[in-house]
Amino acid sequence: MNIIVTIILISGLIFFAGGAIGIIRFPDFYSRLHPAGKLDTAGLATTMGALALYTASSFSTASLITALKIILIFVFVFITSPTATHAIIDAGVRSGLTPWRKEAEADK
Amino acid sequence: MIHIFIYSGVFLALLMLLSLYRAVVGPTVLDRLVGVNAIGSKTTTLLILIGLIYHRVDMFVDIALAYAMLNFIAVLAASRYFQKQKGLYDERSNK
Repeated sequence: MNIIVTIILISGLIFFAGGAIGIIRFPDFYSRLHPAGKLDTAGLATTMGALALYTASSFSTASLITALKIILIFVFVFITSPTATHAIIDAGVRSGLTPWRKEAEADK
Repeated sequence: MIHIFIYSGVFLALLMLLSLYRAVVGPTVLDRLVGVNAIGSKTTTLLILIGLIYHRVDMFVDIALAYAMLNFIAVLAASRYFQKQKGLYDERSNK
């Protein structure tokens, strides 16, 4: 059981690392929201799954309830993270930020 | 198993430093908001890892849930506030 939890946890950390590197490396605000919105949700899903599996592996009532709460956090984030990303994009569009283009980069 | 949780927490803290770079030097206000949102979702995982390290998961799970809600409300309120403003521009180009 410990090996399975370790593998899922490390895969979630790889998702988080990809998200952090993508937020730094992408050229534009709109393209930066792509790793920020997707990879954080995916990393949180896999790490929460691993930690809920580790918590539920000792079969008692209290640990099962705690694992259920961890799953509840994941369900909450799975609803709210796309909503927050959409709100940020909406603020960017309404305030008139123009998307990044390759020709504009070549003109400099 | 405790050592794996400790190393994962340290790795997450280093990733939070990478996201903090975008929150500090980001050209627009919304870039900083993206960095803060990424830091908040990493903190939710880090709180449960701390709970597993100290054998008090049942208490830290509630803190993590409250932190996830607080992060969501903060990002939503800040983006609703900044969409009314027309002064969002790239701070590097000095327009």
